[in-house]
Amino acid sequence: MTENNEKTTIVLFSGELDKAIAAFIIANGAAAYDHEVTIFFTFWGLNALRKDEQAVVKKGFLETMFAKMMPRGPNKLGLSKMNFGGMGSKMIKHVMKKHNALSLPELIELAKEQGVKLVACTMTMDLLGLQKEELMEGIEFAGVAAYLGDATDAKVNLFI
Amino acid sequence: MNSDKVLDAKGLACPMPIVRTKKSIAELQSGQVLEVHATDKGAKNDLTAWAKSTGHELLSSNEENGVYKFWIRKA
Repeated sequence: MTENNEKTTIVLFSGELDKAIAAFIIANGAAAYDHEVTIFFTFWGLNALRKDEQAVVKKGFLETMFAKMMPRGPNKLGLSKMNFGGMGSKMIKHVMKKHNALSLPELIELAKEQGVKLVACTMTMDLLGLQKEELMEGIEFAGVAAYLGDATDAKVNLFI
Repeated sequence: MNSDKVLDAKGLACPMPIVRTKKSIAELQSGQVLEVHATDKGAKNDLTAWAKSTGHELLSSNEENGVYKFWIRKA
């Protein structure tokens, strides 16, 4: 097998279900191409990494409000179009199941299994008041320099 | 065509056919042939591009009743 060190990076900025699914499908595809893949989660994209259950952490008022208003985890994300207060999200999940497409939690698991590096942006974690304990296990924490380090060597760099 | 292993990826949606193909080919020895069955309409272009990029050889492919079959020799 040819060992190449091709790299792919994706910045997931958006916190919507459809965009997160697109990011993870591309990431899993790139991993199947033997690329070293990094997804860098910043701003609303961080919500895709949140644990379903509420973590016990100390927060200020603003941070608590932010945490309450943002979707907690991949199962809670809404669609970027036609969400209709969550109905759209339910519908697309139903359709995806019908077409045998993997759900977002399954895509995330598969990405981890394939060695995709999931990186949470620490600066925006601070802004949104998200703490390490609230995000899923098996991820890394870094800033823009670490992302650029990966992106500089990569031929595929996407911002979603 | 003879194959050393058959991967049934029928009914699987993108990106699973490629992900499974990658896993299956990793279990083969160099020179062995993997046979892939898929129903995803993008499979033809996907597997052709994947084989080209990863260095494996797409020996042959065909389509019958909506089932795409591929024979890939591991590099």
